[in-house]
Amino acid sequence: MKPLPAGLVARPGSSVENETGAWRTKVPKFLMQTCTGCDLCALFCPEGIVYRVDKKIYSFDDTYCKGCGICAAECPVADIVMIEDAL
Amino acid sequence: MKVMEGSGAIAEAVILARPQVIAAYPITPQTHIVEDLARAVVDGRLAAEFLTVESEHSAASAVLGASAAGVRTFTATSSQGLLYMSEVVFDIAGMRLPVVMAVANRALSGPLSIWNDHQDAMTMRDSGWIQIYAQTAQEAHDLQLLAYRVAEDPSVSLPVMVCVDGFVLTHAFEPVEPITDEQADLLLPPFAPLAVLDPADPKTFGAYAEPSIYTEARLAVDRAMSAAEPVYAQALHDLGIVAGRRYDPWFDRYRLDDAEVALIVMGTAAQTARIAIDRAREQGLRAGLLAPRLFRPFPSSEIREALAGVGRVVVMDRAVSLGAGGIVASEIRSALYGSPARVVGVIAGLGGRDVSIDTLERALRADTDAWIDAQEATT
Repeated sequence: MKPLPAGLVARPGSSVENETGAWRTKVPKFLMQTCTGCDLCALFCPEGIVYRVDKKIYSFDDTYCKGCGICAAECPVADIVMIEDAL
Repeated sequence: MKVMEGSGAIAEAVILARPQVIAAYPITPQTHIVEDLARAVVDGRLAAEFLTVESEHSAASAVLGASAAGVRTFTATSSQGLLYMSEVVFDIAGMRLPVVMAVANRALSGPLSIWNDHQDAMTMRDSGWIQIYAQTAQEAHDLQLLAYRVAEDPSVSLPVMVCVDGFVLTHAFEPVEPITDEQADLLLPPFAPLAVLDPADPKTFGAYAEPSIYTEARLAVDRAMSAAEPVYAQALHDLGIVAGRRYDPWFDRYRLDDAEVALIVMGTAAQTARIAIDRAREQGLRAGLLAPRLFRPFPSSEIREALAGVGRVVVMDRAVSLGAGGIVASEIRSALYGSPARVVGVIAGLGGRDVSIDTLERALRADTDAWIDAQEATT
């Protein structure tokens, strides 16, 4: 273990080392069946890790997704579902 | 030599340390300390920001923030005020901020009492604050300044609570030899914080710790407590060189060398206890006194060594862990585990009941755990 700073004083950028994706229990699955390419999933993602791959194809960064489910809740055509994380 | 009120002696030591932020809320019997400091700020003797906050919780929070911002701080409280700030008291220690606080020891509600005992500070014994108990105004003055030296040492970086008996010490006038500015400069280097809150170099203090790191953070505080022992002893040694006043850092001993019975008591009662020891000796009981000065970290091995050869050890607690007995007694039993000495715990001097010479003589003769000077309760 690395030596701890006194009082656990933390510096910004620590999530570069501590991958927050380890917190989640569920992950989004992008079905890509009824997707209209509206971008709401990417806009509402609080971590900014949902991104468009192609016109109606989206993906997300598995390292930092906390599994909050906001993308699935906001999708107007229910094309995103939350599934158990196989981690 | 000046005749000073105990509170004034403490305030003068704080002025010597030149804290830049003082935050406090009035509570008896602590109030005179911060009143004297407020006067020093208004009179221009002390260039500090004096924050008149709305509660003790806020007082502790303000000094926490100020200390994190890299300045020397002071607060003082008592009894219910200490309980009200308790959440932040633990935070300050966990964040390793070298805040210094005077606690004017007072009973806890209920029933409501404004009078002296040690129950308030005892509730904070597990908080990660160094705890020192003073016996006289002179000692409170000296320890209050040295508290900064110990707290701010980079190997320690922990808060320090200087505990003084409410009224008996805070409101009594005693002759005090004040530390001079020159002596203070020799005893206390400028504050060099380990980390500082600074918008230009952002940091997070008091961050969330996952189970993978919390234990290590607590272990670090425990290790810092151990590191405080030599730093504290050195500070008191240096006071002896600079000001000529020498204290045993761990405890006072009085006629302990050939004692068959040792009395253990903290705070001002240890001064009265010397007379009780003399009287007991006149009556043929070889009695001695050990008066702990440092309670956290607890100097177990030093106490064990000092009590080697004593047959009976009577510990007088001015606090009680209801349902379990005396708190200092429990510590002494642990320290003496495996030694042939028999430890007797007595409870006395709660809620301002006088600890007289007679009380202490009765304690010295106690053979079993007991509440001294107490009538059986009927409820």
